[in-house]
Amino acid sequence: MAVNSIFGIAGSALTAQSARMNVAASNMANANSVAGPDGQPYRGKEVQFQLLAAPGSEIGGVAVTGVTENPAPFRREYRPDSPLADDQGYVKMPNVNPTDEMVNMISAARSYEANINVLNTAKNLALRTLTLGE
Amino acid sequence: MIDRLTESLNFYSQALNLRAERQKVLASNIANSDTPGYKARDFDFASALHAAVDGQHAATQGGLQGGLPLATTEPGHIAGRGPASPAAGGIDLAYRNPMQPSLDGNTVDMNVERVQFMDNAVHYRADLQILGSQIKGLKSAMEPPR
Repeated sequence: MAVNSIFGIAGSALTAQSARMNVAASNMANANSVAGPDGQPYRGKEVQFQLLAAPGSEIGGVAVTGVTENPAPFRREYRPDSPLADDQGYVKMPNVNPTDEMVNMISAARSYEANINVLNTAKNLALRTLTLGE
Repeated sequence: MIDRLTESLNFYSQALNLRAERQKVLASNIANSDTPGYKARDFDFASALHAAVDGQHAATQGGLQGGLPLATTEPGHIAGRGPASPAAGGIDLAYRNPMQPSLDGNTVDMNVERVQFMDNAVHYRADLQILGSQIKGLKSAMEPPR
């Protein structure tokens, strides 16, 4: 029954969108983390989505194929008092743009809601189908 | 006798199958609204229903086109053909013409998809309702007079 696999499709989208929200939250939280475990400033992360189709099918859910790092150069801030400043007085800051992350967050939340609606509709239809002929 | 009953309910059960299939396609579009390079898919419901009903009709009449043959391993078995896929022979998925394609190659327009999804859900409910009342009518015709 095709309605059952709608749950799989929308469910995978929920997983993918919440992964995207997690990454956006991490980016926002670390927008000012000047030094990570490796001594380098935090690099913005981004999730990669891909179509997750069964063999021979052209439609399907969403798969998160990985989390990539933003290759953009670090932001440089003039803070001569900081112990992390270089000889010119600049501190390397994370390459996270809070505006981009906020937009990402809102977009992920809206997509998540859309998929919840799909799930609800599919659930109602499936329940109605179970009572067919009564 | 029983196959007559099946045939009388066939149209709406095929329609229901196709509606469920289309619901799946639209759910996939909505799920992949942020997937780079994903192209929104859909199919022409009317022609798919025609194909499904014709295929099913040919199958019940012992026709040769469409569907998989039923394996007969005993002399008493009745030969027949059934639908190969949920909607008799697969559906040709088409691509949507994007109103404003995005830079990452994704052609899902959320507004279109949401509207189509709701429309499809309402049609599914309508098909269910009609099929349900057909079954009810048949049942009351079978009941002994009181």
